[in-house]
Amino acid sequence: MSKIGVFVCHCGENISATVDCEKVAEEASKITGVEVSVDYKYMCSDPGQTMIKEAIKEKGLTGVVVAACSPRMHEPTFRKACSEAGLNPYMCEMTNLREHCSWVHEKGDQTTEKAIDLVRMLVEKTKLNKPLNSIKVPIHKKALVIGGGIAGIQSSLDIANAGHQVILVEKDPSIGGHMSQLSETFPTLDCSQCILTPRMVEVAQHPNITLYTYAELEKLEGFIGNFKATIRLKAKSVDPKLCTGCGVCYSKCPTKKIPSEFNEGLGLRTAIYTPFPQAVPNKPVIDKTNCTYYTKGKCKVCQKVCPTGAIDFDRPDEFITEDIGAVVTATGFNVLKPNFFPEYGYGKYKDVITGLQFERLASASGPTLGAIRRPSDGTEPKKIVFIACAGSRDPAKGLPYCSKICCMYTAKHAMLYQHKVHDGESYVFYMDIRAAGKNYEEFVRRAIEDDGVNYVRGRVARVYEKDGKLIVKGVDTLLGGKPVEIEADMVVLASAGVASHGAEELAQKMHISYDPYKFFAEAHPKLKPVETNTAGIFLCGACQAPKDIPETVGMASGAAAKVIGLFSNSELTREPVVAVVNRIASHEVSTCVGCFLCETACPYQAIVHEEIKNRAGEVIKTVAQVNPGLCQGCGTCVSFCRSKSIDIQGFSNEQMYAEVMAVLEA
Amino acid sequence: MEIGFYPGCSLKGTSSEYAQSTLALAKAFDINLKEITDWNCCGATAAHNLNHELAMALPARVLALAEKDGMTEIVVPCAACYNRLTVTQHELNQSEELRDKISEVLQMPLSGNLQILNVMQFIDKYITNRIEEKVVKPFEHKVVCYYGCLLVRPQDILKFDRLEDPQSMDTLMKKIGADSMDWGYKTECCGAGFSVSRTDIVAKLSGKIVKDASDRGAEAIIVACPMCQSNLDMRRPQINSYLQMNIKTPVMYITQAMGLAVGLSKEEVGLKKLFVAPTFA
Amino acid sequence: MEKESYISEIRSKVGVNVNRCYQCGKCSAGCALAEDMDYPPSLVMRMLQTNDISNYNSLLQSETIWLCVSCQNCLTRCPMEIDIPQLMDYMREKSIEKKSINKKSSQIVSFHKAFLDSVKFTGRLYEIGLVAGYKARTLNLLQDMNIAPKMFSKGKLPILPEMVEDKKQIASIFSNTKK
Repeated sequence: MSKIGVFVCHCGENISATVDCEKVAEEASKITGVEVSVDYKYMCSDPGQTMIKEAIKEKGLTGVVVAACSPRMHEPTFRKACSEAGLNPYMCEMTNLREHCSWVHEKGDQTTEKAIDLVRMLVEKTKLNKPLNSIKVPIHKKALVIGGGIAGIQSSLDIANAGHQVILVEKDPSIGGHMSQLSETFPTLDCSQCILTPRMVEVAQHPNITLYTYAELEKLEGFIGNFKATIRLKAKSVDPKLCTGCGVCYSKCPTKKIPSEFNEGLGLRTAIYTPFPQAVPNKPVIDKTNCTYYTKGKCKVCQKVCPTGAIDFDRPDEFITEDIGAVVTATGFNVLKPNFFPEYGYGKYKDVITGLQFERLASASGPTLGAIRRPSDGTEPKKIVFIACAGSRDPAKGLPYCSKICCMYTAKHAMLYQHKVHDGESYVFYMDIRAAGKNYEEFVRRAIEDDGVNYVRGRVARVYEKDGKLIVKGVDTLLGGKPVEIEADMVVLASAGVASHGAEELAQKMHISYDPYKFFAEAHPKLKPVETNTAGIFLCGACQAPKDIPETVGMASGAAAKVIGLFSNSELTREPVVAVVNRIASHEVSTCVGCFLCETACPYQAIVHEEIKNRAGEVIKTVAQVNPGLCQGCGTCVSFCRSKSIDIQGFSNEQMYAEVMAVLEA
Repeated sequence: MEIGFYPGCSLKGTSSEYAQSTLALAKAFDINLKEITDWNCCGATAAHNLNHELAMALPARVLALAEKDGMTEIVVPCAACYNRLTVTQHELNQSEELRDKISEVLQMPLSGNLQILNVMQFIDKYITNRIEEKVVKPFEHKVVCYYGCLLVRPQDILKFDRLEDPQSMDTLMKKIGADSMDWGYKTECCGAGFSVSRTDIVAKLSGKIVKDASDRGAEAIIVACPMCQSNLDMRRPQINSYLQMNIKTPVMYITQAMGLAVGLSKEEVGLKKLFVAPTFA
Repeated sequence: MEKESYISEIRSKVGVNVNRCYQCGKCSAGCALAEDMDYPPSLVMRMLQTNDISNYNSLLQSETIWLCVSCQNCLTRCPMEIDIPQLMDYMREKSIEKKSINKKSSQIVSFHKAFLDSVKFTGRLYEIGLVAGYKARTLNLLQDMNIAPKMFSKGKLPILPEMVEDKKQIASIFSNTKK
């Protein structure tokens, strides 16, 4: 026989101003099974809690109903109090007399009646409550970091330095990402590679980091603390254990005219290659789509010249699986090839280039060793035009957002140009200058005031070529829309930042959400910027939206802190509000017929198959089972189950019916 | 084979050579272009500058007449007429209310299913596949193709070629042996309707076009629009005086160039009607 | 108190929300006529955004609206897809309605009117009639006297107008579409 205690809170005057709390307590005391029913001004206060605890002890209560505010606010408070008094915390329920009643109704008898009904419903439910225990899930204290740009590097180092194992997966032959391609960085003009390469080396040498380059995530199963990641190690055709990185192979490779990805097509590479001299690991891979051995069946020059016999043409892709506790997604972004701007002639005129191509021209490790030269004829451009927002803030072309970094890198480009070409003239066509960041505005002013970059406020309508010059037709809106025409030698488009190739596919593999532009979605735009809506998967850097280096690094450390926080416990504690497949009487009996409709309905892949065996160990039946680690307690499976074999713990069908009947019968 | 034909006013007057060469070219490929019975002016820029409804009703009558003649397809060489007819048909198809209203004004039914072809689309559909075998006198000249505004814009309605750097004329010219060059003014405006009212503007805008063509060594500017042609050709004295130059680059219709290539005579394509005479051919 | 809002009128009649314009100026940059306009297209957009009736009136009296040739370069390149040519059409109609046609542009209007007159009477354009009508409206009698004989000799100026047979229908189109 249940002994329920009802505790009605006035919440100061929040509830009592419109609800007659004394009457509620009085009426509740008349309900069968209610042992004690009292009201009090502040039930959450110490005396209020003490009142509950004492009632439990003195009256031997089997259940507690607190009629007060939102359970979001104080359910943990009252459950803890019950627990301290020796009652299972899940035998304590809260009904919300404040948001659901007093705040939304006028003072009156009907309002009080509704409050009484709410209490009556919950009393009936609580009578059917069963003691529950929170779920404990073990944690594999190993993190998977996807993407080896500055975000992935920073996150890996932070997690590894906290003493945890990290697996870093990078799809390209080297880590470093876009940052390794940059010449100098705003607003300090630090050499990008000089500050990045030490970090890259640190990653490679860190005892807690396992680095897989030329590798991709193939599959991710499991749940927070208990993921299983399958990683594809693409065949490099070079055995990294034997290779010494001497470089003879790529100096002898006869296929030399492949546009270099690292140099954004402004330089060439061979079919067996390392992307750049400071690559980590500094060992080559063979690009199978361009290697003549793979395409035509002959050559093998690299194999002949390799002094250690490291070339292995026949090795297939390998797959490894790892048990992982958390994932950090740091897959970065891509720079849009502005082919959809036919009016700017990208792709048609060689001297119309993207901002990232300009980075390579300005970089000391680039194809021109840092000298600004026209790709068409190698001459030094004396007049250069930078066009901001080439793709960004352009709903007509499909990208309404601001790419955030272009204003700054364009100012930097113009500045670098002026530093390198002293008699050169530079123009920046812009709409707004977005320089919000520490020392950013000052940096742009420096470009304008000290380096003499001509900023023209207006968008360029078109660019065409005449007599080896690029005619730029722009406008000065600050002069009331006066057309401006510039005969330039080179045009640099500040092309938009877009989601990286394969972002959508990766998101689907990991079951995380993404926005219409394929950038990964954070769990909350303000308060959970590094979490995704899948527990245990975090994100950082430009895979979430275009962002600059300091912001990326900050976010990477933030994601690492979340992982380290998760790993600070040996197990995870979760609310037991999860689905369970009914088991009646003995263990062998389940009403589940094994149709697995629940499996198709479950959005969290929480349904697994369980084989029921007889004593001889033979399988007699396969039924559904819920993995409590994955189940989010949404209840979809319950409504799908034809044999009514699944229930949510704490919210069983029986309990729900009892609540409904209580209000109908009243 | 017989296809409907809407010459429009210009082709009956100032640009009679365009009509002449189009008809002759079609005939050379055994195609008879049949004029729509009792057609009227499309209203050109004047109507939509002054009265939106009239701008719909005039072209709508032409479409209705063509349908009445039992035509399913009409060739409209004039770019302005092509633009007005296509845009009108699109707008009428978009709004039933507007179509009913215009239909009432006309007292004629409108199905809205007529295929409207500009001259390149016509050539592409009926002539291109036979052109190479028919070319007897390759048009081996350096040319620039001038598309103007009306053939390509608005793209979402006309759905013809790309907006920037269109290629359809260039492709055809290359097929008859021409060296069709890239240049800067393919789709810039020539001044269009200001031919009479603001000759100064025409001289300036057309001047830029003619100059760029001449600077690049073009032997001819190839056009498909009578307004562009008359601005660049008939207004040449004003253009030259604006530029303070004496540019003699002729402005030919694409149908004239193609006609010559397949062996039609200068007379048959109306070459003599050009103000600025081509030095070749 | 009701404020006259031409912005909402433009929005309902033309379907253009002038506040979408973020003043990038790409329209003016690509406009062939911008140099000759008193207000280049981007400035027109800015003036409309002010919702200041005096700015609107300046536009209705401007040369700009008559210089726009509807070449649509602005619209096709506009990142916000704002239909400026339609706006210009609308303002031209308004300008005529309010009798505030720009003085310098009266010859353009005259040409359009003469053009339509010609079409009204014959159903087709009749160049001699058009030019005669235009000259009568503008009193610009000597213009193009040098070009006419050459056109005539090249068979480009028919002496007699081409006529539509069903002139009644043309007349009814004109009378039934008048605003």
